[in-house]
Amino acid sequence: MSVSTAIRPVSISTKDACVEFPIFDAKSRSLKKTVMGLVGGNIGGEGKVPIIEALRDISVDLGHGARVGLVGHNGAGKSTLLRLMSGIYEPTRGTAEINGRVAPVFDLGVGMDPEISGLENIMVRGLFLGMTRKQMEERVDDIADFTELGDFLRMPLRTYSTGMRVRLALGVVTSIDPEILILDEGIGAVDAAFLEKSKLRLKELVERSGLLVFASHSDEFLRELCDTAIWMEHGQIKAHGEIEEVLRAYKGTPA
Amino acid sequence: MGSQTGRVASDLVSNALSPSPSRSWARAFGDLRAGYQQRELWAHLGWQDIKQRYRRSVLGPIWITISMAVTAIALGILYAGLFGNELEVQLPNILVGFIVWAFISGCVLEGADVFIANEGLIKQLPAPLSVHVYRLVWRQTLLFAHNLIVYAIMLVVFPQDLHWTDLTAIPAFLLLAVNGAWVALLLGIITTRYRDLTPITQSVVQLMFFLTPIVWIYDDILRNPDPAIAERARLAEFNPFLHFVEIIRTPMLGQDQHLRYWVVVLVITVVGWTLALVALRLFRSRVSYWV
Repeated sequence: MSVSTAIRPVSISTKDACVEFPIFDAKSRSLKKTVMGLVGGNIGGEGKVPIIEALRDISVDLGHGARVGLVGHNGAGKSTLLRLMSGIYEPTRGTAEINGRVAPVFDLGVGMDPEISGLENIMVRGLFLGMTRKQMEERVDDIADFTELGDFLRMPLRTYSTGMRVRLALGVVTSIDPEILILDEGIGAVDAAFLEKSKLRLKELVERSGLLVFASHSDEFLRELCDTAIWMEHGQIKAHGEIEEVLRAYKGTPA
Repeated sequence: MGSQTGRVASDLVSNALSPSPSRSWARAFGDLRAGYQQRELWAHLGWQDIKQRYRRSVLGPIWITISMAVTAIALGILYAGLFGNELEVQLPNILVGFIVWAFISGCVLEGADVFIANEGLIKQLPAPLSVHVYRLVWRQTLLFAHNLIVYAIMLVVFPQDLHWTDLTAIPAFLLLAVNGAWVALLLGIITTRYRDLTPITQSVVQLMFFLTPIVWIYDDILRNPDPAIAERARLAEFNPFLHFVEIIRTPMLGQDQHLRYWVVVLVITVVGWTLALVALRLFRSRVSYWV
């Protein structure tokens, strides 16, 4: 496994960034209503699209080497913040600047195809994570060893058990060289024996990456991988600082 | 407590901020460029889409070719009878018309759905929007290539009077693909916001199939002995699809090529791309919110 060090400095910096979702119900999403609206005029603000404010006034500055954990209750905006930091959502107000190639892992299986073989899936998943075909060809053997799937790699993915799929996905995800690594919770859903092995790989992956943001409900995992933390609540940053302090403050509040 | 970022939750503060700089020409062109650079990804996915459709079938993608051949032969015989044309005139016309129409309608219909269909990927990966568009046009190009096998067989059975000048079919196809890209981009963005456009697009494409000279031959109607009908046939010139079909069908069948097809298609290319770029500039960053 080649250990590459990111050459250009990576960073994520946002200033007063907001993410607001317009909720188009069936009525307001239709062309008819917009056209009619132009003709008929606005009746008591009925034409207005309701907006959900998922993130508000997010200002963070993460530099090279940052290892940030993300905590918060369900619905606090953790995943949305990760998507903002990945560049998937550009802020509706405020600014977000991301320098570096982002490898986001929200869902281990995204882009995997049940009808093609494990080996082909390794290639596709790698391309989705921003690797080149050549880079993935170099890594295939290493991934195959790690997954312990042997000849099964030549079988279509649909024949795999859930556990086998997770192994394959983890094998690919942990083989890449990301500049910015964004991990969402749920990555630890593997059987115990395999978990130990993947933890080591995950740690190596984090060490290779220039910047890590990791959302999790597991304190143990967070402490292992991160040194600072952000506590999200109601779409805003409640606290941002040294990991132990943030975790203590977060645990101190009733759910 | 660490460095508290508990800022004053004031709407006034955030409203005072200028809108984010996501709306710029640089970002719009950047999207197209970055998307093109990921060609390994979309080229691979485009292939996979085709293989996927015929997975576990013995003949695989050859089915694309077979179904095109069967449709064209059946309709060729039917319409040769209906119009009283020679089969060797009617069949090549219908066949090439079908092959070209499959590409055009594929770009339009799938273009309307391009971002909605890729919702999962758009929300999970920070890829340029154009990746999905390139993938679509590439997939349609591969389908077109499969159908060319039928065309090659047709050339053996019904030899056409081909000349060197008929190589204009190649730039003509490139123009078709370039147009397919803007259609998918523009239609994809609008449809993601206004979902009603999907059924509208489907109806329009179906209607245009009949209004475009695919099963019927434009020149035949122009030469109709009834001057009223011949006069009315001229209206077909207002159908942009006519020009897109004829620009490539005439060289493929060794027929007379007309400059006006090229002019119309080039004008549409420029106007269409301008509109698509404006839409990309304005709404590129909104698509992930809308899907």
